[in-house]
Amino acid sequence: MTKHVLSTRIWHWLNLLCVVVLFMSGLTISNAHRLLYWGDWGFDRSQAWLEVPRFPDWMTIPGYYSLAVARDWHILMAWPFAVGLLFMWIAMLVNRHFKRDLTTSRREWRPKAIWRDIVEHAKLNFDHGEGKYNFLQKLAYGLVLGLFLPMMVFTGIAISPGMEPTFGWFVDLLGGRQSARSLHFIFAFAILGFFIVHVALVLLSGPIGQMRAMLTGGSTHEA
Amino acid sequence: MKRRGFLAAAGAAFVAGCNKVADSDAGARLLSAAEKWHMGAHRLLTNREALAPEYPRSAVSPFFRGNGSADPQNGDYPRHVEEGFANWQLTVAGLVRNPLALTLDNIRRLPQRTQVTRHDCVEGWSAIGEWTGPQLSLLLDEAQLRPEAQFIVFRCADNLNGQDYYESVDLIDAYHPQTIVAHSLNGEPLPVRNGAPLRMRIERQLGYKHAKYLTAIEAVASLDDIGEGQGGYWEDRAGYQWYAGI
Repeated sequence: MTKHVLSTRIWHWLNLLCVVVLFMSGLTISNAHRLLYWGDWGFDRSQAWLEVPRFPDWMTIPGYYSLAVARDWHILMAWPFAVGLLFMWIAMLVNRHFKRDLTTSRREWRPKAIWRDIVEHAKLNFDHGEGKYNFLQKLAYGLVLGLFLPMMVFTGIAISPGMEPTFGWFVDLLGGRQSARSLHFIFAFAILGFFIVHVALVLLSGPIGQMRAMLTGGSTHEA
Repeated sequence: MKRRGFLAAAGAAFVAGCNKVADSDAGARLLSAAEKWHMGAHRLLTNREALAPEYPRSAVSPFFRGNGSADPQNGDYPRHVEEGFANWQLTVAGLVRNPLALTLDNIRRLPQRTQVTRHDCVEGWSAIGEWTGPQLSLLLDEAQLRPEAQFIVFRCADNLNGQDYYESVDLIDAYHPQTIVAHSLNGEPLPVRNGAPLRMRIERQLGYKHAKYLTAIEAVASLDDIGEGQGGYWEDRAGYQWYAGI
């Protein structure tokens, strides 16, 4: 059974709370204008690459349509989300959790090894890696911590008009403000995808032990 | 179906909890404090004169969408439209030593700034337009702000849902080089949809700050006694953030 240090556990649950509030308030913000565009600008269907369905009220914060209240929540939770992520990265680098558990070796990237990992997952055998995590786990956690979550912060900053005078180069890098908005949406759903798979695999791999590990740190002493 | 019922129930319980927090005094204070933290961070990281991006003329959107009031029918506005705004007047008053009353001709004769900028609506869409008009700082310098003045209030001719539209900014955004009193869009007089004959451009904030159908500019020490005290029409009415740079 995997064990987790205190910083990881605190961040995990704080981040869950932030992501849930940000996602559900984000759905209300999406309902305000259900079209996504590429480039700098766009304001109607003829320019859109995607028309997003209207999300029902039960999925959203505040549970009814209020762009102002949704933005209040989004703007509040952006702080613990972004600061928490920074804290987790620092903690992970300092306590060597990143180097020890999340970095992959070249051997793990061999197609045969990846295929074996997929087969083991299909057989619901999850404890087959060399270290704490198997390859697919490292890949998933790496993507979430290294790409999905940080990109939510960066694309969020990019769509803030007050930040653009300073970070305009970053908005350009993303392909313009409406591209940044589209990417914000895409990464949010990538995180939802991770969340669903993550919860499903926890349920399949012994949810009681997994929950205890993430709440108390696990049954054996953490070295 | 059962699972969806469970999800919906869990979602509803969570949302109810959030709403309880938002409705409590401490929760409401926390939510409005977060807006101030963003404003503080933006002001810390961004030079007060730093410019919003400007685009080449070729980047202008083929149509400039209008939101909120698009064709005001209240008061004298329809008459002004008929007269081609020949008798429109913009006043600069409040905490100033030298109140001004300007016609459109007066405004067009001032030194002008033309800028191709992107307009971002709080809803999420963006459009690019070329705006021309004098910098607000010119008018404020001419009117000579008193030292007590802390905010600039923009009064508008349109009455939306029974309330007069207005907006406000602090002196940092009021004196920002791209803050102009625009009379032209893409080289033509402003269409009614986009705020004819005058509208504000507050380029580092969202669209609802860019007051349309501008009739008066007022320097004040506090926003408490203006409208319902939140600093703008949407701020009063729906609780939108006063600092709309987020």
